[in-house]
Amino acid sequence: MSALLEVENLATHFFTRAGVVKAVDGVSFSVRPGQVVGLVGESGSGKSVTGYSLLGLVDPPGRVVGGSIRFEGQDLVTLPQDRLRAIRGRRISMVFQDATATLNPVLTVGEQMLLVVKAHEALSDKAGLSLALDALGRVGIPDPASRLRSYPHQLSGGMRQRVAIAIALLHRPALVIADEPTTALDVSVQAQIIHEMRELVRTSGTAVIWITHDLATVSSLADDILVMYAGRVVESGPTRTILRSPRHPYTLGLLDSVPSRNPPGVDLPQIPGSTPSLLSLPPGCPFAPRCGFATDVCREMPAVSQADGRTWRCHHPRGVAA
Amino acid sequence: MSDPIMTLDGVVKRFDPRLSLGDRIAAAIGGDVETRSVQAVRDVTLAIGKGETLGLVGESGCGKSTLGRIAAGIMKPTAGTVRLAGAPVMDAAGGKLTTRIQTVFQDPFASLNPRITIGETLAEGPIAHGLVTPAKARDYAAQWLDLVGLDPSYASRYPHQFSGGQRQRVAIARALAMQPEVLVCDEPVASLDVSIQAQIVNLLLKLKRELGLTYLFISHDLGVVRHISERVAIMYLGRIVELGPTLSVYETPQHPYTQALLASVPRLVTSDADLAEFKPIAGEIPSPLAPPTGCAFHTRCPHAGPRCAVEQPGLVAPMPGRLAACHLLAGGVGKAA
Repeated sequence: MSALLEVENLATHFFTRAGVVKAVDGVSFSVRPGQVVGLVGESGSGKSVTGYSLLGLVDPPGRVVGGSIRFEGQDLVTLPQDRLRAIRGRRISMVFQDATATLNPVLTVGEQMLLVVKAHEALSDKAGLSLALDALGRVGIPDPASRLRSYPHQLSGGMRQRVAIAIALLHRPALVIADEPTTALDVSVQAQIIHEMRELVRTSGTAVIWITHDLATVSSLADDILVMYAGRVVESGPTRTILRSPRHPYTLGLLDSVPSRNPPGVDLPQIPGSTPSLLSLPPGCPFAPRCGFATDVCREMPAVSQADGRTWRCHHPRGVAA
Repeated sequence: MSDPIMTLDGVVKRFDPRLSLGDRIAAAIGGDVETRSVQAVRDVTLAIGKGETLGLVGESGCGKSTLGRIAAGIMKPTAGTVRLAGAPVMDAAGGKLTTRIQTVFQDPFASLNPRITIGETLAEGPIAHGLVTPAKARDYAAQWLDLVGLDPSYASRYPHQFSGGQRQRVAIARALAMQPEVLVCDEPVASLDVSIQAQIVNLLLKLKRELGLTYLFISHDLGVVRHISERVAIMYLGRIVELGPTLSVYETPQHPYTQALLASVPRLVTSDADLAEFKPIAGEIPSPLAPPTGCAFHTRCPHAGPRCAVEQPGLVAPMPGRLAACHLLAGGVGKAA
């Protein structure tokens, strides 16, 4: 199947007083219609900035400085703002981590959903509200008709996030970018929302880019994952294959440190040190200073290797015959 | 469990709304004013053994952090007592009587004073309580920094010069500098990056081995709790609903809420064959302003019967060493007794 979204060599840099922060530096991936792609990384890995870059939501001092984002036949990087605005919220929509900050506190759920409908379609209030009602029902909100009259503060955290997802789905977009959508929620509510997302993807054919730091939540949801570190994709491929046999030592380190994969009470295998400052990245592989497999050759940036639908960027990949 | 070092007996915490005169008048004439109390902790009795780690698990609003603050002696319970080695941790006026219980909070960005060096932060409490003289404070602070894996020369730095993981080490060092017996850890790894979480978990394990500490480890992360705790207590709407050795509880949860909670934990799925369909628990935690009658979980429980809505189940022992509060384990959920 041909790709819905094709990102090539995307670079988003922030020009701060302290220097140039290369938050995203040469990221390439593609998303097929209906595919769920997990974008996994720790803080500062560039996963969220990648998501924002796709929608032209990077604020100064940051900007996309290179690469292309091809979506439904257009390059979003060079597209004029008004054309981009016609895509944003309609063909590609976004769900953020903090639904409280996403929703307008002085409008009812119905009022703000109607605004989103009318931003892209000339519909009557009645037709718009019926779309809203339908969207609320699809994300598992009980009694959606009365929720239309609720203000955000009258809803629980889980219900607010469902409303945010319903708003993102209003125009039946081809792609939803979800940035840590369940991180702020309780375990049981998180499980409900992941369950509902899986159903929605299956029935609607919407593709999803799921941005998260949590390998476990993405492991049952995503078809493919991209593991990011210091602004670059260090490993990508089918989710379960990667989690079963990671190539990059960073992915391996993350997996090994998960408590449930270790006997209780013993010291966890840990990745030493902390994520590097993007202002002063070491030359070569950015993970090398924390990597147990690093050698002299790691002072040079490894090229992207490719095989069996997987990519990795490492001089010493695991599980590959030398 | 070894001999208990800390006991909580019948602890209750209610937060009453502070109503202004205007609020009270409005409420009297039927205005929309919240006059109900938040029932955060409802009759909790617990004992923690010396050298033990007790995990306290629950979702937001279940009262676990409130219970942690009461256990640490920094919040006065509405009723009930907390004792450390037999002595009350708080006087009748709510003053803290011991320095032997210390707390590590979730957010190391909020819990450290940004305007003083971490050396000063570390020495402040010990000097005030006579554990060290000001003249020796510098060496004293350096000793604890070293213990938590930070370079002693960092004592002259300010919190903003540290990463999140390093700050949490500082917060742990500050607690240890008071030479506590019990450390109350409230979500100590929740705001840290995945690769840093393992470092802090390992540090807590090491400190326990070396200093013989006792931990009350509060967390919503069931994976971390399984790793670090010998026993676990599950809280729901202010009450302990299940208590027992961690692995035993995880393998054979007795309370329907524990079962649902454990089933909700996202598992790291590494094979497509394990992508089993899973039906998450319905609904959300009811408001602690108006907890359901009877068993607080009956509104969401797949096994609830008529008895559950009217009669509150007490903790019973379905098997040796285990406690759970559910009518299923004590006479069934049928007609109320």
